[in-house]
Amino acid sequence: MNASAILRATGSAGDSPDVPGVAQVVQRHRRPRRSATGIGLWVFIGVATTLFSLFIAAYVMRMDGNDWSPIAMPWQLWLSTALLVGGSVTLQQAGSAARETRWHRARALLLAGGACAVAFIGMQLWAWQALQAIRVVAVGNPAASFFYLLTAMHGFHVIGGLVGWAVTTRRAVRLGGEARVAELIALCARYWHFLLAVWIVLFAALGWLTPELVRLICGIPGVAP
Amino acid sequence: MAHADAAHVDDAAHHAPQTFLTKYVWSQDHKVIAVQYSCIAIFTGLVGLVLSDLMRLQLGFPGRFSFIDAERYYQFMTMHGMIMVIYLLTALFLGGFGNYLIPLMVGARDMVFPYLNMLSVWVFLLSVIVLMASFFVPGGPTGAGWTLYPPQVILRGTPGYDWGIILMLVSLVIFIVATTMGGLNYVTTVLQARCEGMTLMRMPLSVWGIFIATILALLAFPALFVSGVMLLLDRTLGTSFFMPALVSMGQITGYKGGSPLLFQHLFWFFGHPEVYIVALPAFGVVSDLISVHARKSIFGYRMMVWAILAIGVLSFVVWAHHMFVSGMNPYFGFFFATTTLVIAVPTAIKVYNWLLTLWRGDIHLSVPMLFALAFISTFIIGGLTGLFLGNVSVDIPLSGTYFVVAHFHMVMAVSPILVVFGGIYHWYPKVTGRMLDDRLGQLHFWITFLGTYAIYFPMHYLGFLGMPRRYYAYDNYQFIPQSAQSLNVFITVVALIVGVAQLLFVANLLWSYFRGRRADGNPWRAASLEWQTPQTPPAHNNWGPELPVVHRWAYAYSVPGAPEDFIPQTAPVRAGGDEPEQTHVKETEA
Repeated sequence: MNASAILRATGSAGDSPDVPGVAQVVQRHRRPRRSATGIGLWVFIGVATTLFSLFIAAYVMRMDGNDWSPIAMPWQLWLSTALLVGGSVTLQQAGSAARETRWHRARALLLAGGACAVAFIGMQLWAWQALQAIRVVAVGNPAASFFYLLTAMHGFHVIGGLVGWAVTTRRAVRLGGEARVAELIALCARYWHFLLAVWIVLFAALGWLTPELVRLICGIPGVAP
Repeated sequence: MAHADAAHVDDAAHHAPQTFLTKYVWSQDHKVIAVQYSCIAIFTGLVGLVLSDLMRLQLGFPGRFSFIDAERYYQFMTMHGMIMVIYLLTALFLGGFGNYLIPLMVGARDMVFPYLNMLSVWVFLLSVIVLMASFFVPGGPTGAGWTLYPPQVILRGTPGYDWGIILMLVSLVIFIVATTMGGLNYVTTVLQARCEGMTLMRMPLSVWGIFIATILALLAFPALFVSGVMLLLDRTLGTSFFMPALVSMGQITGYKGGSPLLFQHLFWFFGHPEVYIVALPAFGVVSDLISVHARKSIFGYRMMVWAILAIGVLSFVVWAHHMFVSGMNPYFGFFFATTTLVIAVPTAIKVYNWLLTLWRGDIHLSVPMLFALAFISTFIIGGLTGLFLGNVSVDIPLSGTYFVVAHFHMVMAVSPILVVFGGIYHWYPKVTGRMLDDRLGQLHFWITFLGTYAIYFPMHYLGFLGMPRRYYAYDNYQFIPQSAQSLNVFITVVALIVGVAQLLFVANLLWSYFRGRRADGNPWRAASLEWQTPQTPPAHNNWGPELPVVHRWAYAYSVPGAPEDFIPQTAPVRAGGDEPEQTHVKETEA
């Protein structure tokens, strides 16, 4: 499940002539409601936040093991972070341009945002390769196991976002200046901000959270097991 | 006030599915998807039922059936538990009832993301196929117990080590994807697609129950996802997320340092809300059944809504009561025992309100009502034994015994399944346009209700005797008297009768679909919106040319001075029957 599925659901009842429920309901309410797709994306972001929070909770709890040995973060991850920031900013600007009906600029920025995300995935794979080259493998050290697991999970969410981005780009190219396309671009931007926020938390946790720090934060005097 | 939107009806008529494939297979219509979900879940549930009877054959007549060896017994137990909790109850309440009822009860034409909804049911089917495939792979399904505790779950010697456990974990991950897709739909539809006048506080309690249960599912299933993925990696790649260093069957395993307790925390962070993912829709549905069949407004509607919310929130802070015997700091034990007992407060509020709704009601002992009343009874029994087990000092001696089996089957298995039956008997006329046969229904009810009591009541006693659960055979235990075996024989015989009696239900579903008495649009004379559709079964877009407009709550029954004993939610304002708060405001203004 990912954002692409939500964006795919832009064939949603609110917009599809097939099941035209929401649009009519929206018309009939005095205060126009937010788009169903937008709410759906917020709900999905809530689910994904829970997912990553639980992964981080498991990461923190597992740190307590005797076999924990921190790994150094490969330098490629800084570049990854920059690419994700670039994608996030670019898509935000694409959304603004689309709202102002500057469609040519919106499309260009949309393409640039997607390119940043593809490059991000490439950079993450490069980071994996760099770690493999120095024999930091997924089995053995749990810190490395978590590194591969968490970056993979985040990567799947980026790939899901890219599918959603592809659907949006196709619509932007085909339909041009429709308000619905502007909304979709804005939703892409929102999802990219979320991906960036998750990545920053993951990067910080993977790189700088140590068992000592965890004990300092979580240790409750007198209650420690 | 009715609003015509003829243009979109033309569109809808034009785009209504025309072919068999788009109408019944690749359908995006929430009603068809609901039926698909229900059929898959009921089929899977029948498999789970057969497995439970096979287990009972071993317990009642140990050694008599040579094909039930110890390995198979544990495989039956594991698959029975997982199938019933996840693939039957969760799928049926959210995918079946949720899909059918939410759009009709809130006045929408469909779910807001129909395509995603269709994907959800097919992905659910895929998860069931993967699960069922484990019966046919070398080594068979996993026999690790439905809680899948490491380290034994992925050690050689546990049945299903080769393929069974992998298929189980993959199936669970796929199921979670399906549930998330469905859940996004249910939540967004409730928030976004309610018709005019359908405020949140006018929604029927069925919708409230399913809505909050869906939110719980969206927040709790990620914990199962996390634990499932990590366990899968431990099994396939050899990581040590959960696996400690150990020697298994004389060989060093290669695992080191993992934490089995971490798995238990993650599993129960999902597992306890899961109880309420099943219970809250049941609470909601039973509230509606009682109100309709007692011809009385639900007592304390607002309190019922807040109780559902409170139970939902509390369900996330009680998980470690499943781990009292795993060992924990006494302060934590105290905390989790307290939160567990606190849940009894909103739950008791609901029980009182059901009883007060029945009080001096015009009770019709129709089949749905019988199931609803039976639910209250079994739920109270199961809930009370939960208070025993919520206390650490009582839980520790009882935790490994049949007392726990009796408790959770009464509260988590029998209670919700009674509501499932009640709900199906109640809404079947809307789904098919025909009534289920009443005599078959009565027979099914009495055998199921009395049978389940006959099965589970003695188990409390067996638990107090100290009969351990999870055992394959009970030979040569001095502390288990012969009378326990006599009880086991009795329980097995009843379980077989109850199991076979479920065929009455299946036969009733099939027979009535073709030959049942034709139902009009509102055979129970109910006030809620789903009974006010222009056609029965409802057409593709549910409401015809005009979306409904709602003027009151769904519980306007036996209103003094009204010409009939119910006032539909769509009746004009002048018909009266407002929700109590509204009536109070009007009286104050007057």
